[in-house]
Amino acid sequence: MTTRSSAPSPRQGRRTWRKPPFIANPWLRYGLWLAVAVYLVWALGTLPFNWARIAEGVPRAARIFGGGFPPSFARADLLFTGFKESLQIAILATLLGVMLSIPFAVMAARNLVPRPVYVVGRAVIIVSRSFHPVIVAILFVAAVGFGPLAGILTLTLYSIGFVGKLLAEEIEEIDWGQVEAMKAAGAGYFATLVYAVFPQILPRQVGLSMYQLDSNLRASAVVGIVGAGGIGGTLMNAFGRYDYDFAFAILLVIIAVILVSEGVSGWVRKQIW
Amino acid sequence: MLEITNLTKRYGNDAPVLEGLDLKVEGNSVVAIVGASGAGKSTLLRCINRLVEPTSGSIKLNGSELVTLKGAALRRARRKIGMVFQGFNLIDRLTVMENVLAGRLGYVNLYQAITRRYPRADIERAFTLLERVEIAHYANKRADALSGGERQRVGVVRALMQEPKILLADEPTASLDPRTSEQIMRLLQSLASELSLPVLINIHNVAQAKAYTERIVGLRHGKMTFDGTPDEFTKSALEAIYGGIEAPDDELTAPAAKPRKGARGVTHDDPL
Repeated sequence: MTTRSSAPSPRQGRRTWRKPPFIANPWLRYGLWLAVAVYLVWALGTLPFNWARIAEGVPRAARIFGGGFPPSFARADLLFTGFKESLQIAILATLLGVMLSIPFAVMAARNLVPRPVYVVGRAVIIVSRSFHPVIVAILFVAAVGFGPLAGILTLTLYSIGFVGKLLAEEIEEIDWGQVEAMKAAGAGYFATLVYAVFPQILPRQVGLSMYQLDSNLRASAVVGIVGAGGIGGTLMNAFGRYDYDFAFAILLVIIAVILVSEGVSGWVRKQIW
Repeated sequence: MLEITNLTKRYGNDAPVLEGLDLKVEGNSVVAIVGASGAGKSTLLRCINRLVEPTSGSIKLNGSELVTLKGAALRRARRKIGMVFQGFNLIDRLTVMENVLAGRLGYVNLYQAITRRYPRADIERAFTLLERVEIAHYANKRADALSGGERQRVGVVRALMQEPKILLADEPTASLDPRTSEQIMRLLQSLASELSLPVLINIHNVAQAKAYTERIVGLRHGKMTFDGTPDEFTKSALEAIYGGIEAPDDELTAPAAKPRKGARGVTHDDPL
């Protein structure tokens, strides 16, 4: 040991170190940079940007924002009605979606159901996740007409997809020992679910529901634009009538509501864990 | 009476974990099953209540065959077989009382289970058993708020709520410190005679096996290599079970009545 801790060898001062490159192959490394550069030139060169129109649009944007100041709350009753409807849509859709997501999540959990049921459960979740709410809303508006019902159906489907998927993953990771204990006691399938599975996913379920309420509130403003009820429709009309000050007031209130709901849902999730 | 004949269990196409095993347990005897990791102890216990499907052979409890049972008949048979687990396997987020009453899930209907409206006799029995193991004052506490020894006592009470005809304990003390694990062993021993219940205990700790049971069964590579009283369990028997695998000599050198060494991997607190 003493020989190792002796005076430093003269070679030590010449040693250097550099971080090994993230991509070891230099051809691939520089080739990727080149590919990115070529793509940018190609995309910017071929996409139809109308530079004259963009230049024209800058003052137009300035006019819109200028027209928005100061935001006008003169038609507060209209604002209030729109928001009330949005909230109703969001809360109803969250309740429905979260409740329906539980059976679908169980069906989509590999460890709890036989293979054919699993395939059906996964399929439902994948289908409800494959389209953006706006596209689903367009379909539902076409099917059941303008109004809040289309919005509720859209966001319910959206909630089933999102909550169901994450809940199914949570179920697949539960502590299996508790399930075995219930089986060993002779409990039936549903009793085992209620005792050994649901308590384990409960905090996650509450957290997801709060997050989904938040998300549905946001989405309910968007689906309103395509006619599925709520504040989105009011916002669209305000823009259509060049009521920029009213539109701006709506935007401000949307931001405020989202901020409040995010704060509340974060607090609840922290409390329940 | 438990009667196992020619039991074989094979996972896939691997070598069998249990091979042609015969075992008979009568009356209220406490039987320790010892053996190295992978000897098939856990598989043996789990074959009895069919958490593991036996490949072939027969397991009879009080004369009725368990291996062929399916569905509701299997669930009815399972209620008569209590099981205590190494990791306790309590429902952490539920109260102690709910965990204990879960032992009755094979008897109550789904509505009673969901609303926790258990028959009065069940609740009475739960309190009596909780008092017997001195944790009745924790009835409304969440199960994960209890210490390891207390949690295992909840596990034992849950198994006893089933009014079992036999009790299986799969390494019930391996997650506990030495002193607590002795308490649990003593509890299992006295409950066996109080309720005249046969108890099968998988255990790593040979000293505890000798101190708290009246019969030791040694397994090695899925075959029985020893079956006899603790007095007959000599160094050569130990050698036959663990020989060439590991040598837990230190566990034998400790005085049998008060073993000082804990199970593998357990931190040693001051022995009392």
